[in-house]
Amino acid sequence: MNAAAAQEFSGAPLGTPVYELTHLSKTYARNLVVALEDINLTLRKGSFTSVIGSSGCGKSTLLKIMAGLIPPTKGRVILQGLPVTGPRRDIGMMFQQATLFPWKTAVENITLPIEIRDGKAAAKQAMGKAHELLDIVGLKGFENVYPNELSGGMAQRASICRMLITEPAVLLLDEPFSALDELSRDMMNMELQRICHEQDATAFLVTHSIQEAVILSDEIVVLKPRPGRIAEIVKVDLPRPRTLDMMTTPKFGAIVDYIRGLLDKGEEM
Amino acid sequence: MSEVQNYSPSLKDADTAEDTVWEQKVHFIDSVPRWLAMTFVFVVFVGTWQSVTSLGLVSPIILPTPLETLKDMIFVGQNLLTGGYMLGALWITIKEVIYGFALAIAIGFSLGVLVGETAFGEKAVMPYLVAIDTMPKVAFAPLFVAWLGFGIESKVALAAFIATFPIVVGTAAGLHAADENARMLFKTMGASRMQTLIKMKLPTGLPQIFTGLKIGAVGVMAGAITGEFLGGGKGFGELIRVAASQLNTPRVFSLILYLSLVGLVVFASVVWTQRKLVFWHKEQVGRDDF
Repeated sequence: MNAAAAQEFSGAPLGTPVYELTHLSKTYARNLVVALEDINLTLRKGSFTSVIGSSGCGKSTLLKIMAGLIPPTKGRVILQGLPVTGPRRDIGMMFQQATLFPWKTAVENITLPIEIRDGKAAAKQAMGKAHELLDIVGLKGFENVYPNELSGGMAQRASICRMLITEPAVLLLDEPFSALDELSRDMMNMELQRICHEQDATAFLVTHSIQEAVILSDEIVVLKPRPGRIAEIVKVDLPRPRTLDMMTTPKFGAIVDYIRGLLDKGEEM
Repeated sequence: MSEVQNYSPSLKDADTAEDTVWEQKVHFIDSVPRWLAMTFVFVVFVGTWQSVTSLGLVSPIILPTPLETLKDMIFVGQNLLTGGYMLGALWITIKEVIYGFALAIAIGFSLGVLVGETAFGEKAVMPYLVAIDTMPKVAFAPLFVAWLGFGIESKVALAAFIATFPIVVGTAAGLHAADENARMLFKTMGASRMQTLIKMKLPTGLPQIFTGLKIGAVGVMAGAITGEFLGGGKGFGELIRVAASQLNTPRVFSLILYLSLVGLVVFASVVWTQRKLVFWHKEQVGRDDF
């Protein structure tokens, strides 16, 4: 498939730029290992972008740089007009593991970011909001339950609430549901879509799954490894809201095949 | 394909077929209730003891009979309950244990945080701690006596000295117990180093810290009694030493048994605190401890 064919999937450009990555590079081990090379990327308000690539292509490095957890070697990261030079309050993050703390109840876990930021009194005040969020993700009634009584999927729902409680401008998602079974995973993806839509959130997802990337995203950044570079940014113009039965449509299959082709090409290089 | 069809059993077969109910076998020795098992071991122990002594295999000066020991325990018990001189001695030893343990917790926890939390502590302090830990700590007893005298101070020092190291190691290990995800999460929340330590690393490491405390609780008792053996004083250890020098073995035995009760109380209080504090980590306490 050539570049013109790729345009078939072109989605409509969305809101104003939120995240801007310019000429971003990262090298490790005294510049011997090039993890990322010249990454240019813009995330727009309300868009859902995924990054996909084989292991070791620098996906996680990219996410960590965007989150302000590690500095880039070269280039710029701008979020809402301000350079990212460390962890920021307008960034919400979610990891593969729910990482709820067992000595705190679900609702205490959810208000933890507020507790860290503004102290215990503020966290108490945010309890009402935490209850609302739990309701949104279908965990009403589990407010005062300790994490060891929650299933894997429920724990990830709670960790979504924890990410959302500070009303972040962007959501950085590092394979959030890859530890779940496939059924829960599909369900959680639909949930995530709904939440992102309701909150008008800008989301950036790192994933290994092409299907997951296609069903959720407006744009898919395909990375090729060693050094990690953008092979292509594929636009997905499946209508929204997306549903799971879209995964059986020819169009969905064509996009998946196209991305798989790009990834295979990356492997050969 | 036909095989597959043949395989599916008809409803009629399913109705007439027998249930596959079967019993899981648990070996008799594993199904004995705890109280019975403990009583059994106690009876065997005392029985062996009684027969060894009554058959004259061992001189009664070396090993008293269980009955003699029981009589002496009653005597010592009466002395303790009536506020006799033994109660004063026991109280001194208890004070040494409590002060020693408190000191060990304070020093051990502080050093543990220094070593576990800071790169400086790990690089500069840990090697020296390991070096001191490998020394036979009891050998320091004469030094403590020379420095601090024959009073309870030297015993407190030795007790604390012995109990400190496991607490340092437990605390340092506990602070390393938090996984990468939790660290990253706290970073993304913009937590300060102090917040990360107090709200995440310390609670995560509590099970390891309590393991250190439990080893320390055993060590503190040994330290206090060794201190009394080597540095005199008026504690329970001194009573044991005097009884032993008079070849009053029943007294030695009964004093040791009373002392073990003190040790048990110290240990149990640590376990109790752990159960209250680390309520989410149940598999760590319980079965292994008693």
